[in-house]
Order: sequence, then structure tokens, then C-alpha cells
Amino acid sequence: MSELKSGSNLEKVLTAGHFAFTGECGPPKGANVEHLIEKFQYLKGNVDAVNITDNQTAVVRMSSLAASKLMIDEGLEPNFQMVCRDRNRLAMMSDILGAHALGIRNMLCLSGDHQTFGNHPQAKNVHDIDSMQLIALVKKMRDEGKFMNDEDIDVPPKMFIGAACNPFADPYEYRVYRLANKITAGADFIQTQCIFNMDKFRDFMKKVVDMGLHEKCYILAGVTPMKNAGMANFMSKYVPGMDIPDSLINRLKSVDKRDQAEEGIKFALEQIEEFKEMEGVAGVHMMAIEWEHRVPEIAERAKVLPRPVV
Amino acid sequence: MIVADRKSLQEILAMVKDDKKILIVGCKGCVTVCNVGGLKEVEILASSMKIARKKEGNPIDIDINVLERQCDNEYVAEISESVNDYDAVISLACGVGPQFLSEMYKDQTFYPGVNTTFFGGATQHGVWEERCAGCGTCAIHNFGGLCPIARCAKSLMNGPCGGSSNGVCEINKDTDCIWDAIVRKKMEAGELEDLMGVKGIKDWRTARHGGPRRSIREELVQGNI
Repeated sequence: MSELKSGSNLEKVLTAGHFAFTGECGPPKGANVEHLIEKFQYLKGNVDAVNITDNQTAVVRMSSLAASKLMIDEGLEPNFQMVCRDRNRLAMMSDILGAHALGIRNMLCLSGDHQTFGNHPQAKNVHDIDSMQLIALVKKMRDEGKFMNDEDIDVPPKMFIGAACNPFADPYEYRVYRLANKITAGADFIQTQCIFNMDKFRDFMKKVVDMGLHEKCYILAGVTPMKNAGMANFMSKYVPGMDIPDSLINRLKSVDKRDQAEEGIKFALEQIEEFKEMEGVAGVHMMAIEWEHRVPEIAERAKVLPRPVV
Repeated sequence: MIVADRKSLQEILAMVKDDKKILIVGCKGCVTVCNVGGLKEVEILASSMKIARKKEGNPIDIDINVLERQCDNEYVAEISESVNDYDAVISLACGVGPQFLSEMYKDQTFYPGVNTTFFGGATQHGVWEERCAGCGTCAIHNFGGLCPIARCAKSLMNGPCGGSSNGVCEINKDTDCIWDAIVRKKMEAGELEDLMGVKGIKDWRTARHGGPRRSIREELVQGNI
């Protein structure tokens, strides 16, 4: 991991051995650039890179590519998300080239939530290739300078390649092998699904370390601060792949409604403290969903500021 | 087999609302096996339509016929003498049937009485499930004999995705996660190695994406067999 693959800030932070802290920002359901830029300001200087989600939960939003460019213009580094649900291989390769041309240097390769969850359940999905194959494609374009069909690319797009991992999905015993496959495919860094079940995550990371996967790839632990017990309940019931222990829901319920947000943040801070010490964890991916304005405070209290300049 | 569901009586009645004399044609192939377009179902539909139209004060004459197969011109030709005696014809075959009929009898109007859904089989009495997507390049032997193209909601070649929970797909609790089954089968058989690495990118030309498909057996075309 000595030679830089894309030269992104995130790559530099991780290769320099710093504990990374990434954020997330969902583009608007419209062309409201002002609101998007306002959200960027809460993240600027507080995180190393910001995931720009790609029609997350299959709800139509401003394109992740366009929002990533707007982010660069505001002086932040995007982690451009691309899902396999909405693009075939032609559109993917085209957007990867376009992303590089616009200055994007990080990509997160995802399958994408099924469209039945979103606001256009009547849509035809694409899934020409899957997330594993997308990772391999971005790597091939970057390292071999070739398209999928082996034709040469004149200026190859240089991306620091990210992938997701959900240790809380089933079959649990296979998840670490699927992670290994993503690393084989070419993932440089992993951002995990939101972690709430710490016991299970500790066990998962032990398996990751035992297999030496943490030495081949940077693993960022996903953290989402709960705003209240209602959010925890909702996510538990309706968001695919979530594992939210009753103990957390009860902890949030045990305090007055006005104090539940603070309790949610406290839990997130406790998690971050543990992740800093956990073997194999190279950073935290903070998914403060529609709570970007709380990120400066969370970053401050998590003692991850100032962010390293590398 | 090809599985289909019958359209609602209201939808079928609306198709022929201006017609006074129609023919309903069933098929003894797949739709008979999946209880949607055989003799029994043709009779039930004819009775239901007659009763409904009588109630409206707009009675309709309905004849019925069930062909050996509607996907074979040899059998489609059997109705050549009578087919134009009707204002319209409803086919209860899969989507292939009314097209073969339309192609042979250009002056007649053929309505589909069923919605053709998938290639599958009965998993219990009255329940059919999809098993094949007809992608044209079968590789189920690489997946423990289970097809991720037809049976994974995202057609993942490298699953399962992060939405798999307790053996169930993220799209709804009634849909099994086929990747859960593939992985468990491989792990139980001690064949985890088969799932390591990246499964290759699919060539979709053999599927519908390469345009309408055609299967040619030269020896049959030439009449040698």
C-alpha cells in the first residue's frame, strides 16, 4: 500500500497511518444546490472525505456524480457512490471516466437497494454487473488502463476503490469470505454498514484479523448516531440489513425524549472510542443521516479533530 | 414449464365488451398443467362471462376449444375453418399462443386471457415459483444447482448482498434469498472454495438483451431427422 493509487486525500490519510474519519451526504430531492452546499459546510474540515450517495434507498435524487463535482468546487473531497441498480456497464465506465475528469478520486461500489424500497418501484432495474464485478472493473480501468472489453483507455481513471460490507447480514459465517472476495476484486477500503450490535462486530473483526484482511485493505467502521428511539425502531423494522439490539433501543427509551438525541450521540462516541483501539479498524465512517449539522460537534467530542493534512 | 395467471374477469370482459360472439381457446400445454388455460379453466371463464354479460342485459355467445398446443402451427391450423366466425377470440395460452394465432389468422383479433409470468414449477399444490430466467447461458452447476439470475432480486453473480436476513430477501419476507441457500449448501458440502474469487461478468447477448432470440437445429431444418 506504499504507492498511491489515486492520490486522494482519503488514501493519503490512510496510508499515512491516521485514523480516518469520513462523512456522508445525500444529494437533494431536487436541484437545490444552496441546501446541498449548506450541508457541505458542516462537513468541511471535519472529515477526510464525504460519501455522496447514489439514489439511496432507491429514491430519486440529484445525481451523485453532479453532487460530487459541486462538493469539489466547495473544497471538500467526495467519495462518489455508484450502484449497479441504475446503470449498465456502458454508463458505468462512462461515468467513471467522467468522474475522474471532474477530479473525483474515490469511489464506493455498491449493488444498491432494490427499487421496491424507493419511490419508483415500477422501475426496471439494471444489474448488468454486480458490486463485486464493479470493483474489479474500476481496478482494471485504473491499473491496466483497459475497458471491460480490453480496449485501451487513453488516460485511465485513477480511483481509490471503496466497497461496502455488512457484517450483520446473513449468512453471518460467510460475510468475512465475501469481504475477502471484495478485497480480491480490488477494494482498497471498506466502509461497513451502520454498526449497532457491537458484540457481533467485535466477533466479525476478530475473524477479519485472523484472516489478515485488515492488512490488505483499510476497514472503516460505520457509525450512525440515533436521533431518538423512534429512529432506532424504524431502522430496525424497515431498513434492510440493520441489526439494532433491543439494549440500544431500551437505552434510548430510558431517557426523556428531549435527551434521546444526546444519548444517541453518546453511544456513537463510545463506539468511536472503541473503534480507535480495535485491531483492524482503520477509521470511522460517520453516517449522520440528515444530521450533517451535528457532525462538527460529534467530530469534536470524538476527538478526531483537527483532521490530518497530508 | 411456462407459468401464467389468469387476467381478471373484469379485464377480459372489457376487452370484448362490444363483441357478441367469441371463441375462447385453451391450450393443453403448460397452462393446463398450471391450471390456468386448460379445458376446465376455459369452461369456467366461458360460464363466468356469459353470466356477467347476461346480468348486464347484453348476452354473449361463447364457443370453446382447447388446442393440443398453441405454440405449434400444426395445431393452430385446426381452427382455420371456424376462426373467422367470431367477433373476437380469447386465448388462455401463454403469450406465445395468441401470437401464433395472430400470425396465422391476420383478420381476427386475439386477446390474451392470461398474464404470462415465468418459467417455473409447483412447489406445493396451488403454488408456482420461478426457477429460470431463460438467459441462454446456463451455469447453475456453479451455484449449487440454484440460479442466482432468476432467483436473486438483483441477479447477483457474487452474492449475497447486504440485505439478506435469516434466509429471506430484502424485497419481502415471502421471497427466499437464493444466495443464502447457495452459500449454505456450499459451506455444508465443504465447497466454500467454489465461492472464493470474483465470478465472471455475464454476457447478456444470449439473454433477451441481444434482441429477440431464435433457436435453429440445422438437422431438423434440412429434414434429416
